[in-house]
Amino acid sequence: MTLSRLIARRAIEGIATLAVIAVLLFGGVELIPGDPARTILGQSVTEEAVRNLRVALRLDQPVHERFLSWVEAAAQGDLGTSILNGRPVAPDFAWRAKNTLFLAGYAAAMSIPISIMLGLLAALYRDRLLDRAISLGSLATISFPEFFVGYVLLTVFALNLGWFPVLSSVTPEMGLAERLSRCFLPAVTLSCLIGAYVLRITRAAIISILSRPYIEMAELKGASRTAIVLRHALVNAVGPIANVVALALAYMVVGIVVTEVVFTYPGLGQWMVDSVAKHDMNVILVCGLAFGATYVGLNVLADIAAALASPRLRHPR
Amino acid sequence: MTEPLLRIRDLCIQAAGKRGVTELLRGISLDLHAGEVLGLIGESGAGKSTIGLAAMGHIRPGCHAVRGQVLFQGQDLLRASARTLRGVRGGGIAYVAQSAAAAFNPSFTLGAQIDEVLRRFDSRGPAQRRQRIIELMGRLGLPDPAGFYDRYPHQVSGGQLQRAMTAMALAPGPKIIVFDEPTTALDVTTQLGVLAAIRQAIRQEQAAALYISHDLAIVSQVAGRIMVLRGGGLVEEGPAREVVERPREAYTRSLLQVGTQPASPRDPSPAPPLLTVRGMKAGFGPLRVLHDIDLTVRKGRTLAVVGESGSGKSTLARVIAGLHAAEDGQVVFAGQPLPRALKQRSRDLLRRVQMVFQSADTALNPTQAVGDIIGRPIRFYFNPSRAEVRQRVAALLEAVELAPELADRRPMALSGGQRQRVVIARALAAEPDLILCDEVTSALDPLVGEGVLKLLDRLRRERGVSYLFITHDLGVVRSIADDIVVMERGRIIESGTRDEVLAPPWHPTTEILLASQPSTAAGWLDRALERRNRLLAGDLDPEAAIAPPPLAANLVTP
Amino acid sequence: MILALRLSLRQWPVVLSFAVLAFVVLLVLAGPGIVPAEVRELAGDPWEPFGAEHLLGTDQLGRDLLARLLEGGRLTLFLASAVAVLSFVVGLALGLAAAFLGGLMDTVLSRLMDIIMALPPLILAILVIALLGNSMPVLVGVLVVFEAPRVFRLARALAMEIMTEDFVTAARLRGEGIGWILAREIAPNAVVPLVAELAMRFVFALLFLSSLSFLGLGVPPPQADWGGMARENSPALGFGLPAPIVPAAAIAAVALAVNQIADWLVAASGRRAARRG
Repeated sequence: MTLSRLIARRAIEGIATLAVIAVLLFGGVELIPGDPARTILGQSVTEEAVRNLRVALRLDQPVHERFLSWVEAAAQGDLGTSILNGRPVAPDFAWRAKNTLFLAGYAAAMSIPISIMLGLLAALYRDRLLDRAISLGSLATISFPEFFVGYVLLTVFALNLGWFPVLSSVTPEMGLAERLSRCFLPAVTLSCLIGAYVLRITRAAIISILSRPYIEMAELKGASRTAIVLRHALVNAVGPIANVVALALAYMVVGIVVTEVVFTYPGLGQWMVDSVAKHDMNVILVCGLAFGATYVGLNVLADIAAALASPRLRHPR
Repeated sequence: MTEPLLRIRDLCIQAAGKRGVTELLRGISLDLHAGEVLGLIGESGAGKSTIGLAAMGHIRPGCHAVRGQVLFQGQDLLRASARTLRGVRGGGIAYVAQSAAAAFNPSFTLGAQIDEVLRRFDSRGPAQRRQRIIELMGRLGLPDPAGFYDRYPHQVSGGQLQRAMTAMALAPGPKIIVFDEPTTALDVTTQLGVLAAIRQAIRQEQAAALYISHDLAIVSQVAGRIMVLRGGGLVEEGPAREVVERPREAYTRSLLQVGTQPASPRDPSPAPPLLTVRGMKAGFGPLRVLHDIDLTVRKGRTLAVVGESGSGKSTLARVIAGLHAAEDGQVVFAGQPLPRALKQRSRDLLRRVQMVFQSADTALNPTQAVGDIIGRPIRFYFNPSRAEVRQRVAALLEAVELAPELADRRPMALSGGQRQRVVIARALAAEPDLILCDEVTSALDPLVGEGVLKLLDRLRRERGVSYLFITHDLGVVRSIADDIVVMERGRIIESGTRDEVLAPPWHPTTEILLASQPSTAAGWLDRALERRNRLLAGDLDPEAAIAPPPLAANLVTP
Repeated sequence: MILALRLSLRQWPVVLSFAVLAFVVLLVLAGPGIVPAEVRELAGDPWEPFGAEHLLGTDQLGRDLLARLLEGGRLTLFLASAVAVLSFVVGLALGLAAAFLGGLMDTVLSRLMDIIMALPPLILAILVIALLGNSMPVLVGVLVVFEAPRVFRLARALAMEIMTEDFVTAARLRGEGIGWILAREIAPNAVVPLVAELAMRFVFALLFLSSLSFLGLGVPPPQADWGGMARENSPALGFGLPAPIVPAAAIAAVALAVNQIADWLVAASGRRAARRG
């Protein structure tokens, strides 16, 4: 298969997956037996609340019409209104999406370079003290729930040392420096999670490549240690590393929801979780689609990155 | 005599493993003079590759030199700094690895990888270096050298990669080249060309070489002097012709005899057919791998199927075994049609056809004890009492010349040759009429392989079992076949009794195969090349050379 | 088990992990009963610090935190184990079915699992819980749906890989039935990686469930698991009190111990594969 065909195929699969998510999100209410509005709200609510939810969910329309009219409105920037307070969803969504992206970008910028470096170091000093320490540390951070890491960071750095604010609330007017400082602890929490993941894969990829015969051959050709690692090993590790970076970013979609709640950070994740308790289906729908699209998109990107790095696919026979 | 280029003195290398220390080299000394080719020969574990790497000052991780020196132009490489070593490697001593496919970095072009070493020793500009590399590639017989420069390793064939690796070693004009089994992974006919290219290049560049191989015939064609090694020690050393023609040690003599004599005299009396294949076709999807195969295995005899890789011989075995369904054709076994699919064959039919695999490592379940592995077919087909199973297992182990105590061991605790004997014992346990043998000795050392062949031949005589013997090795064929079919690109191109096929007149393909079979005879390489070139150039009219025998007709009654 | 898994004291993290795991499991099995009844029933002030009476202090309602921790641990470990075992059984059965039956069955199952694995688990879990509420069967069901495909993938790949080994071919040629091949040829060679996978599924379930509970979408009150306790007690953090960190640390300790063991098993199966190939 040629490279362009492979990429096209993965892109189409990604779009299909996204369609599955959309169907699940829109059709989800259909799957509930009985009156969905009542099921969602429970028994102890007023008839009016049930009626409001029915209208908000457009339950009076068939599912495909509901979907089409939603898409039509969304194309014009109308993401519906919040059932809770009647405000349009779109402006809040835009602001919170920006916050979430900022936090995610912050965490990625911090963690990915460091974790690739540490993974490389661990591989080069395999089974020495440094490697054992790095490996144990990374195993610990992937094992710890985000709220544990978050709580410990809060207790140590915000409450005891007072270096950072306890609440990571940000406002639209806030300057970049202030923002970076306020978001530091949540960004570190997220970094621990995805960084450890990237580190472990980088280490494994480099170790596997260093045991290949062409590395010994490079040594026998008289190549320097630096040339062997940077030229011969790293070039072949680019594929797996790019792949895991994209996967780690996708995985951040999961971690960011918990992290935002721990630090009460005004992002999409916290909003979505809040809305579940308040049965605000429009918000859940919009956030779910945003997260879903990001997740699927990054997964597709991961596959394409791996394919692009393969010499066999880049230079067919 | 002048000072040698390379001097190894009393070199001892140990490997530290879980079960204590293993001695890889026990005090090896050698001298290599300018322009000389020294052949290192031995079976696996002889330490020949360890010497080759040590000659470059390289000791594999987990191993260490206990004592000794490796002196290159007076400098001890085992104690040299990393900087000194880098100066020596490539430019002073170069290396050609066994598997070029694995030893080239998949991410760079072949030209760039050759230039990586050349540029460190050649002060000329990139254009001139490229010129030098392209010229070298041409000299090694690579097609379209200018285009070849920019190709990636996965884009070229195994034989071409091996030539490119030789070009890489030659490029900076090293004083010594270490060749570590450079042709072992290749087909015999490909090996011939690569070997000739290597020999010519060494001569032209006037480099000295350490030529490492398990094949005494190959080494005797390129080396001036030979060292025979065994278990990390020296067996004997001398000028190549002398070692080959007048070996002093019994071990060398036994190495020389491998594949030269029949395992036992052939029985010329007629034998009825056991398995007959007519018009068999098979393939994978649209790819046709077998075309109109006709062959006959006679009762109590061995039919060898010979061909190079890609000739379809292994697929043939799988189709007969029922692992791969044929598209067309008939297989008659013991007078009855043999169903194509495994599931349609009765238990008794399954029992009567057994298989021995190429790699005993994967043919034995590592989690089962040897006694259970051999005992299972007995229980499965005959279901006798436990005591009797034990008895039969012990008898089978004895029959394949293994100690009965091995029944309690797991396969991992056995040597390669022992494992293959266990696989044979498992096949025999079913008391079969036919055993399909798929390259059963190709993963074994020559002497061990020869032992296995003798065992198989003895079992055939004693038990009347027949073999369908798949192999690429004409030496193997010579020692055990009664009948032979030669395959090429999915077709049988020649068939007959052993004497008919191996004696002139030959089919051109058979003749090329025979000519390519390495021999210790003086000047074999030149004659083989000349003969092959003549055949390939078509000087010899194949129709005039031999009249092809009517298909398979002469196999039934010799 | 026919495995010669050797564990030396040099691998102290693995030894320690087994010790921690055994300690936690024993404590949780013993249950809140090991805390003296008078301490358990004694309502103190909310969020008392560590002390002689309440070893780990008290929770937001003044209950003994150790007793609550042991009670919550039962639910947490039970749910995570249930999810791990269920998804393991489902994934294994489907994976083997795909590997052995092949053809359409394999295509359909593999595509289905690919689709599930391409979906963001937490986001869809939130959606499902928003629609169906957070009852235990829903929680377990959602997790099994997301975990089973991973077991499926491993089981299918392992079965396909081992199936091509010559010793399986030998068994097929002998005429052995699929049951024997599975039980005697494939299973013993797949045990170590599968156990490692089971351990990893457990960790994933533990972390996922705890995260859902922490978000208030997991185990419904008044029952509490460790994630829920970390949520309930979170206001204490503002006063610098450790109450929410204690249950979070319990999750972290169990997850790390099991991950360490899984890592060791993966390394062991890698070594076995290397020795075999």
